[in-house]
Amino acid sequence: MRKLWIGIVILMLFNACKSNTKTALPILGYKTPVTKTVNGKTVTDTEYATIPPFEFVNQYADTITQKNLDGKIYVADFFFTTCPSICPVMHRNMLNVYKEFKNDDNFRIISHTIDPKYDTVPVLKRYADKLGIAGNTWWLLHGEKGDTYKIAKSYLQSVSEKNPKGEYIHDGFFILIDKQKRLRGTYEGTDPAEVTKLIADIKTLKAEPDQIAAK
Amino acid sequence: MKLKVIGIIAILLVVVGASCQSDDQIEFKRYYSGGSLVYQQHCQNCHGDKGQGLSALIPPLTDSIYLKNNKRKLACFIKNGLKGKITVAGRSFDDQMQPDDIAPLEIAKVLTYVTNSFGNNMGTVTLQQVQDDLNNCQ
Repeated sequence: MRKLWIGIVILMLFNACKSNTKTALPILGYKTPVTKTVNGKTVTDTEYATIPPFEFVNQYADTITQKNLDGKIYVADFFFTTCPSICPVMHRNMLNVYKEFKNDDNFRIISHTIDPKYDTVPVLKRYADKLGIAGNTWWLLHGEKGDTYKIAKSYLQSVSEKNPKGEYIHDGFFILIDKQKRLRGTYEGTDPAEVTKLIADIKTLKAEPDQIAAK
Repeated sequence: MKLKVIGIIAILLVVVGASCQSDDQIEFKRYYSGGSLVYQQHCQNCHGDKGQGLSALIPPLTDSIYLKNNKRKLACFIKNGLKGKITVAGRSFDDQMQPDDIAPLEIAKVLTYVTNSFGNNMGTVTLQQVQDDLNNCQ
């Protein structure tokens, strides 16, 4: 009996020592099997959902397309500058992500405004200045409402027109995208603990072999 | 046996001591704890869990001098919102705070919380005071 107990304790100690370090993040979104013919053989591969091409304008009035994010890991969210509810807390948390990676040219943050009528380019620039962000790490993107709402779906986000009370309803998630433009994580932007996890996951993602190799 | 008696007396003394708080202290605690809930629901998203504000967009609530100087206007700020340039903690802010039509009692509670948290120490803001202040909104 005593030996059994010792055995159990030793087993528990071994389990306690197992390291939980993740080496790769999951790939999210819809998967489609693709059958290709390679060297005369039929191969079935899994194709993951990616962010489609887009064209928006940032706070410096520069045109930003998917090409500007080639070879970069980035985080996306949806907001508007006059948002009285969740946006301030989202961007207070996003500032932590910005501070952590602002010297990394292979990293970007993009925040799409869902109220392009009010959030014109000068309004976005003023917001960026007041938020205390500079340089090209964090872009605030302005575009046609339809384009923004359409791309939100690619990020698995729901945004909608003003409700009868004049409020915009939108998700407060931060979406992590890899260099192949695949979705690698969603984080509740209003929760500081989730955002801390996002920062850790970005570091994990950066260390993945196919991210290091991607240009 | 002796120890038991001493122990019981000690406990009684503590209980009596705790219940001997003045009415003012009890009222303060009621307002303050209720105010912390109102703060979480109505203020915290913008002003932060530590009243820290957000960069140059949203002013902090840590400037005791600003709060003291505007003591009789704070209730109106909450009810009617705030527009125009203000200087808080040595920095200027000119964005808009949305009006929030909450009950005068909730205003009193949340003001008690704010003016006695984040390094501020201004005592209870009573319902009577809030009602007087709301009658004098500009």
